[in-house]
Amino acid sequence: MSVLAMSNIQKSFGSNHVLKDISFHVDKGDVVSIIGPSGSGKSTLLRCATFLETIDSGTITYDGRNAAETVSGKAVYAKNLNDFRHIFGLVFQNFNLFPHYSVLKNMMDAPVSVLHRNKSEVRDECMALLEKMDLAGKADAYPCELSGGQQQRVSIVRALAMKPEILFFDEPTSALDPELTGEVLKVIKQLADEKMTMVIVTHEMPFARAVSDRVVFMDKGVVVEQGRPEELFGQTQNERTKQFLQNYSNT
Amino acid sequence: MTLINIIIKMSEGLEKTCAIFFLTLLFAIPLGMIVALLRGSKFKIISSIARVYISVLRGTPLMLQLIAVTYGPYYLFGISVSRNKLIPVVIAFTINYAAYFAEIYRSGIDSMPVGQYEAAQVLGYTKTQTFFKIILPQVIRRILPSLTNEIVTLVKDTSMAFTVSYQEMFTIGKQIANSQTSFVPFVVAGVFYYVFNAIVGFVMGRVEKKMSYYKI
Repeated sequence: MSVLAMSNIQKSFGSNHVLKDISFHVDKGDVVSIIGPSGSGKSTLLRCATFLETIDSGTITYDGRNAAETVSGKAVYAKNLNDFRHIFGLVFQNFNLFPHYSVLKNMMDAPVSVLHRNKSEVRDECMALLEKMDLAGKADAYPCELSGGQQQRVSIVRALAMKPEILFFDEPTSALDPELTGEVLKVIKQLADEKMTMVIVTHEMPFARAVSDRVVFMDKGVVVEQGRPEELFGQTQNERTKQFLQNYSNT
Repeated sequence: MTLINIIIKMSEGLEKTCAIFFLTLLFAIPLGMIVALLRGSKFKIISSIARVYISVLRGTPLMLQLIAVTYGPYYLFGISVSRNKLIPVVIAFTINYAAYFAEIYRSGIDSMPVGQYEAAQVLGYTKTQTFFKIILPQVIRRILPSLTNEIVTLVKDTSMAFTVSYQEMFTIGKQIANSQTSFVPFVVAGVFYYVFNAIVGFVMGRVEKKMSYYKI
């Protein structure tokens, strides 16, 4: 069964039709990369999947349960959306860590105050996660004391602390200096090796090729092509995909 | 009347000056938050009411508001002014300062990056949790300097209570100055307010320092 299935998603901002009948699914253990030019709708797709934007019509299903469905042409969301939010995590481009909380508190607060889990148990888990990510020494640091790469790694472990079934990344390295992207990509790679289900919106083509089970190419609000990375990057027959990848390797 | 006598006499009003100051803060700080939240309401009618409230209270003199709250009940309903003028004075100060505080809060809330709300939402925080745990602590940090400014002004504004003959320090000083034809009480008052504000500045500086353990 798919962890996430989105079907016939329509989304407009005013007269700007951003998502045009997009259908998209992610199976357990899948690593899916979404690539495409700016304005293609890939970030909007992610924001719709995480309920940061509301869809105009279509269906969003997590673990076979409808979070949003279309009733007489309009999207209707489930009442208990917070129950669905526990299924996924989202890593933002700009990290969005809570600056007034220490690293550990950033991670612990949601599991404790949202999921009402046992505090010392959560603390042990979070410390183990930090240990694994080479961040144990930063548990008591505040976000402002960390480098961009470290902040993004913290935001990844903050999402992981909620034990999501699926983790979304919205251009996780776009706000980072080039020399800092490596440490973040390494963490994502590590998660992929552990069979974490992930959807990654990215501009890092070599990374997308290396880490993904499936690559989705979006342009102008539609999925132009999707497939295994070696197919899409290596031998695509689609002119638009070809052109995009060509432009990319030129820059 | 010697200087010592003047100081002793005026000190008797200091208690009332402090009462205005602390009670106004006690009530206006939360009331301002309520007004700020109403002003940000999705419902047009509610936000308009809050807007009008702020506009009127900021757009008319505090002195006039003091007179209106203290003597208004008599002129409107024939209710005689109670002997304890502290109540109307504190009410007037509170509604006036709440309007200013509301605008400060609003500017603080507006300055919060949307990403903080989004991160909280994705993590499953409720709206109330998001406001009290994530947004408000950062807003307080951001608005502390403007808040200090307003509190310093409040210290000096307490002297306005003389317009309704409330026996706080400045009113007493003014009475002595009139009866003794002396300028000394005004100098004493100036020193009082200056020292009061030096303390306020010190305390708020400590609070700001304590909250600056993180950068925004």
